[in-house]
Amino acid sequence: MNTTPPDTSSQPVIEVNNLVTYYGDQKILDDVSLSVAPGEIMVIMGGSGSGKSTLLRYLLGLHRADAGDIRLFGKNIDTLSSHEWMEIRKKIGVSFQGGALFNSMTVGENVRMPLREHTSLDENTIKIMSRMKLEVVNLAGYEHLMPAQLSGGMIKRAALARAIVMDPGILFFDEPSAGLDPVVAADLDNLILRIRDAMPVSIVVVTHELQSAFKIADRITVLDRGRILMVGSVEEVRHSDNPRIRNLLTRTSEDEPVDVDGYLQRLTEGAMRF
Amino acid sequence: MTFPVEDRQGFSVVMLNGEIDLNNSPDARKVILNSLKKMKHVMVDLSSVEYIDSSGVASLVEGFQYARTNDLEFGLIGVSEAAMSVLRLARLDQVFTIYSSLDERLEHGS
Repeated sequence: MNTTPPDTSSQPVIEVNNLVTYYGDQKILDDVSLSVAPGEIMVIMGGSGSGKSTLLRYLLGLHRADAGDIRLFGKNIDTLSSHEWMEIRKKIGVSFQGGALFNSMTVGENVRMPLREHTSLDENTIKIMSRMKLEVVNLAGYEHLMPAQLSGGMIKRAALARAIVMDPGILFFDEPSAGLDPVVAADLDNLILRIRDAMPVSIVVVTHELQSAFKIADRITVLDRGRILMVGSVEEVRHSDNPRIRNLLTRTSEDEPVDVDGYLQRLTEGAMRF
Repeated sequence: MTFPVEDRQGFSVVMLNGEIDLNNSPDARKVILNSLKKMKHVMVDLSSVEYIDSSGVASLVEGFQYARTNDLEFGLIGVSEAAMSVLRLARLDQVFTIYSSLDERLEHGS
């Protein structure tokens, strides 16, 4: 359970206002609005196809909104110059689902890379900083190994060390527990909480793992078919009587109503001759 | 930005203050290492530090290692809660010699 309350009185670090996005003609996110306070852990939860990974990609500035806007540190990211965006980007850490480590670099080189790319710090300082972060994620002494020599949990932790090496103000996690056994996943959850309690960082976690979400979240945003079903505390989500949230919590799949004509046409198109 | 250094009762006291981050930690590093080159006993006062990032902490680590290598004294005094939480994250609170104040250090004698 979370220990330090977020600072909800200050300006949000992340604001999403009426975000609408499309892939081709298909609307993926529909009027999504949320905010994340300084020091807050916001979990974005939803089933497959809910739009949570798409929302993360927009928060990372990988796509431009079709409507609405996203503000990071008070700035609309769609209106920033490339220099301004780079300054914002330095304050963002991302822990990708698969780690996204560079396989040709050692663990230490991976962790040091953002410092070498974005700072002019002394090499000694860079080495100490990266080793400190490897200590934080319990990978001290592994800096000379290659990513291929690490377990799944170690890759996640190395990726986390790289994500926090610049002391970001916002930290994004994409499915941190995916593919990990329950004990390793619980360790990673504890690590996320420790980092938030020690650093002035707001954290956004995209996950479909209920246990992890309930353990680390200050608030949870539940996405469903591209729309927000609710934003609330862990207890509010747990006790929601919204049937789609209940289905998500009880892992019950919900069949779409069948469009008989459309269904038959898909099955029989070009196959039937009368 | 430069950080003041005060000579007090045989100690060089480096006064860090405000927010120590990527922008000014190289200055902090320079002041700390210069003090260690001039004096045998150096304390870094963190009581006015509102925030210190890991580049600032790395400067403290480097100073501490330099002191150990050269048989000098290096300690931290008045560590603010903000600074202590960063030290704790990497368990450096168990590594550095930490005093509440210079007076506490003086009570320990030479």
